Amino acid sequence: MSGYILEMNEISKSFTGVKALSNVNFKVRKGEIHCLIGENGAGKSTLMKVLSGVYPYGTYEGDIVFEGSVQQFNKISDSVQTGIVIIYQELALFPDLTVYENIFVGNEVTRGNLVDWNQTIREAKKMLKRVGLDVNPETLVKDLSVGKQQLVEIAKALSKDVKLLILDEPTAALNEDDSENLLKLLGELKKQGITSIMISHKLKEVISIADQATVLRDGKTICTLDASNGEISENTIIKNMVGRDMEDIYPKRPDKKIGETILELNHWSAYSTELGRHVLKDIDFHVKKGEIVGIAGLMGSGRTELALSVFGNPKNYKLEGQLKVSGEEKVFKHTSDAIKSGIAYVTEDRKGDGLFLIQDIKNNITAANLNEVADKGIINENEEVRRATEYKRSMYIKASSLEQTVGNLSGGNQQKVSLGKWLFVGPKLLILDEPTRGIDVGAKFEIYTIMNKLISEGMSIIMISSELGEVLGMSDRVYVMAEGRMKGELPIEEANQENIMQLATQ
Amino acid sequence: MEFINEARSLVKENIRDYGMYIALFVIMLTFSIMTDGLFMSSRNISNLLDSTGYIAVLAVGMTLVIVIRHIDLSVGFAAGFLGAISAILLTKMGLPVYVTIPVILVFGIFIGLFNGLLIAKYAIPSFVATLAGMLIFRGALLQVTEKTGTIIIKDDAFNAIGNGFIPSLMIVNGLHLLSLILGLLSILFYIYSEISTRRNKIKYQFDVVSKGIFSFKLVFVSAIIAYVTWILAGYNGFSWTVVIMLLVVVAYHFLTTKTVLGRHIYAVGSNPEAAHLSGINVKKITYLVFGSMGMLAALSGILFTSRLQSATTTAGTLFELDAIAAAYVGGVSSAGGVGKVTGAIIGAIVMASLSSGMNLLGVGVSMQYMIRGGVLVAAVLFDVMTRKKRG
Repeated sequence: MSGYILEMNEISKSFTGVKALSNVNFKVRKGEIHCLIGENGAGKSTLMKVLSGVYPYGTYEGDIVFEGSVQQFNKISDSVQTGIVIIYQELALFPDLTVYENIFVGNEVTRGNLVDWNQTIREAKKMLKRVGLDVNPETLVKDLSVGKQQLVEIAKALSKDVKLLILDEPTAALNEDDSENLLKLLGELKKQGITSIMISHKLKEVISIADQATVLRDGKTICTLDASNGEISENTIIKNMVGRDMEDIYPKRPDKKIGETILELNHWSAYSTELGRHVLKDIDFHVKKGEIVGIAGLMGSGRTELALSVFGNPKNYKLEGQLKVSGEEKVFKHTSDAIKSGIAYVTEDRKGDGLFLIQDIKNNITAANLNEVADKGIINENEEVRRATEYKRSMYIKASSLEQTVGNLSGGNQQKVSLGKWLFVGPKLLILDEPTRGIDVGAKFEIYTIMNKLISEGMSIIMISSELGEVLGMSDRVYVMAEGRMKGELPIEEANQENIMQLATQ
Repeated sequence: MEFINEARSLVKENIRDYGMYIALFVIMLTFSIMTDGLFMSSRNISNLLDSTGYIAVLAVGMTLVIVIRHIDLSVGFAAGFLGAISAILLTKMGLPVYVTIPVILVFGIFIGLFNGLLIAKYAIPSFVATLAGMLIFRGALLQVTEKTGTIIIKDDAFNAIGNGFIPSLMIVNGLHLLSLILGLLSILFYIYSEISTRRNKIKYQFDVVSKGIFSFKLVFVSAIIAYVTWILAGYNGFSWTVVIMLLVVVAYHFLTTKTVLGRHIYAVGSNPEAAHLSGINVKKITYLVFGSMGMLAALSGILFTSRLQSATTTAGTLFELDAIAAAYVGGVSSAGGVGKVTGAIIGAIVMASLSSGMNLLGVGVSMQYMIRGGVLVAAVLFDVMTRKKRG
């Protein structure tokens, strides 16, 4: 076997005290396809960002050796110049520019100081041929399907004389045909001598294409498997991905009192006109009083879309099927209708669409239910402060005062404000979307404790989570979603990391 | 010593809120000195406030529009057009004032709601939608005044809105009695409401400022109200324009700070997506804010037309930009969610004071524009800097 094109030795990287990577070793041989596998949060993206110079030299420890020499990338363009190109899941294309403009953006074909458009188009045609994309280079990128856009991205990488191509979940948004094409193309490129690293959650793809696979878990390298020794199989990968014991980080719930059905969905589908496809397809689902239902699945599997479609449909999906709250069929026209029916949704993106960052804690907590502290539309400010203070205490929000701006709080405290805001509504059903993303272990424990308390008071909770440990540690029942469909429902006694992963990666 | 420390920390925390009051004070003091007190004379202040009225009410509405991250360029000519319509209703149709004014205000609301429709329902950027409105109302104003040219209004009741003063009852030592009484009543009301707020807070066991600071604040604000009343009472007393302006400010201040609706407006401005997910109807708020803007544009048109006692073909030119400038000087932020109604009024008075003071000093128009532009930049710069410090 030829030598290594890339060696990442003893890479460590921390974010404000939290270790995202610790002493990771990652070696890629020249001319192979190397898959990088791990759960969400295992450190794959961070490792790739270190490699591509998003985190500049000096902000991490360890060495990057590319083609035999140590590299010090200060910015992304440094790594591109060296021949390392990364293609993210969210494509970095300009939808309103043509294919040829996109391929050569930032790398224009010039004559003197002017762009030579004829030459550009000629070169673009060559690149498109190499990636097997048969479109007119003058087409606008927005008129192409996602699969074809991905190929444009790869063509763009080729135009920069790429030696090492990194693809971050390239097939996540693609249908089966497009995925297959893409994998075939990677094989073609391999023949042309281009090395690829592919981050993927789809184990079948990994098995079919990888020469080697490295598994990361909790910011550490677990193992590197070699296909030529027959080491890459679904079982070995899953075992290495999830191998940890369930630590005792989930508070025990004293009693379970599960009652009548609170929410029920029958043949529930949602079509997004924006994306031009179904985001949810034929879903049957129910939640009972006093239970925590976990929804597992990979990013983009339709979990958040499911929550939004139930919570007053703010994205204006075209909905089909039946939604029942406490046995009564409902049609929600606005989020306020869902709130009135006792449903609350704590978003996964607390900064983006959860909190009013420039406002203070008090205003955030009362925002969704101001009438509770108002009389005929006039706010009783003292009552408001009193109630908000109660929530600040019961949510364990650490802040100097209620008047502190929410934007200045830590992630964990922001999440607790977000949670408090929705509990102030007094819901029957609380939908938590990634309730512990990006917060530290202590705050996580506090949020789990709050969840258990709510359940014992008779509330129901739907918990959407990418952390399997959390799903297994907290839920009474687990649903697994993939590609907008319900792939399975598991009672907690039968659920384990392996069978959830299997359903989620189908 | 403790008193001073507390005062210092209060000023530090609230520098953004106090900033424009301090600016206004400095501007007024400077002009007073430079004009040997002429600037602060009863007559000049009275004129100054009257000439601010039609911009100030626009600035109040504009502040809310900017708070929800939009802009309204149509209000200037909408005011001009509606002013002309009111002149036509009064002179050609012979409608009485008490019918004309409500009709015009309702008409204004409809104009605002139409803007709201384009923006909220059809998602046309507010800049473009209201730019179109600006052109349309400019044309409409010319259309209705084309044949007649300037329409002279002879209705005394209507003209009093922009030129008249509240009745005096009697003159005491050359001072306007009813104005004095009103001033005194507002001082008493202010002291009463402050004390009751404080009591309520103590009842709920919340932190309050120390007694010293509290009394100082009461005396200070009362003194300012008394001084302004005394100045105005020395000329003709409160004008109707000032009364209307105060009513608008009080109503909007109450609406924005004390009501659920007001809180929802600021929520939409701070984060529209989060507001939507909090069950707030973002479209409804957009309609409401633009509807209120339309109504205030109508009011502005009435004030201006009445002040000139006629409707002219160019009425309303650049009002919208003066209102936007006043709102920004008053501390509104284009990032949304920040800005006070009281700030808008102070902003409008700051801009008017600059014009008035420079007129008294005989500064040329060319310089006046440049200085006002500089003040606008300085005000926004101050806002940006203080925000950075806090963040």
